[in-house]
Amino acid sequence: MGAVSVCEQHLCEHSFPVNGGNFDEAGRVSGKIKTILKGMGINNDVVRMAAVITYESEINIVSYARHGMIRLHVLPEHVEIEAMDEGPGIPDIRLAIQQGWSTATDKIREMGFGAGMGLNNIRNFSDIFHISSDVGKGTRLKMIIHIQQGQDP
Amino acid sequence: MLLREVQKILDAEVLVGADKLDMEVHTAFGADLMSDVLAFADSGCLLLTGLTNPQVIRTADVLDIAAIILVRGKKPPPETLRAASDKNIPVLSTRYILFESAGRLYEKGIVGSTQKVDGRRVRL
Ligand SMILES: Nc1ncnc2c1ncn2[C@@H]1O[C@H](COP(=O)(O)OP(=O)(O)OP(=O)(O)O)[C@@H](O)[C@H]1O
Ligand SMILES: [Mg+2]
Repeated sequence: MGAVSVCEQHLCEHSFPVNGGNFDEAGRVSGKIKTILKGMGINNDVVRMAAVITYESEINIVSYARHGMIRLHVLPEHVEIEAMDEGPGIPDIRLAIQQGWSTATDKIREMGFGAGMGLNNIRNFSDIFHISSDVGKGTRLKMIIHIQQGQDP
Repeated sequence: MLLREVQKILDAEVLVGADKLDMEVHTAFGADLMSDVLAFADSGCLLLTGLTNPQVIRTADVLDIAAIILVRGKKPPPETLRAASDKNIPVLSTRYILFESAGRLYEKGIVGSTQKVDGRRVRL
């Protein structure tokens, strides 16, 4: 599936590379993550939240960075998703998270993106959200979604 | 309402998913901006849009959107249709504009997947 994968009963870890600039592939990783989580019998809402978070992260890497990596880590109590890239970084994270703030190009807008909603959406869909960025080096996001026990899939 | 009734109401052509017209739908979301679809649409809804690139299908797949209605007579490129068949998501095309499509469906009982935006997204 991915470049690295180690899977046990309830513990699972996968890493997927993401190429900057390639819109044809954007959505590939979120599709795979969705399939993996569904296959593990994880609650549909959690799967959907993880898919949205991954998709937004993927679109951002494709849109703004040179190269990136998305890592999925499933633990009994939560799903952890990390998105790391090598790219221009984000000079002002507070501004970037604000709804409506965007540096998207016309090409990105033509694809239906670039409304400045993504990071905000990622934050809203995760229970814990960390973002850090080094200008000229890259950006790193870490998201955690709690898996509620006792819910039907 | 069945997807087949949606097709009739909108006089729509079925481009993908002719075998899935018996699916039940109750809600819809309309936008050309996938950013907004991701932020505000809910699972199981119809997506009314004028955007035809494959990202529409990927967005729908991520959110478990039931079916896509392309408005304003839009015909998608082959890669979009291929993605829709792969993901098993029905795609219909209507010549009605977004406003008319929404009005006609609403009149027959389809409601917004979210009625109002309240700033913070609630859990799906
Ligand atoms: N990985 C990244 N590397 C460099 N800059 C980024 C990265 N992710 C986001 N940004 C910057 O932050 C801005 C806001 O990102 P966000 O995802 O919230 O919105 P957007 O991508 O512009 O539009 P949308 O996500 O709604 O399609 C971007 O326009 C870009 O300037
Ligand atoms: Mg974005």
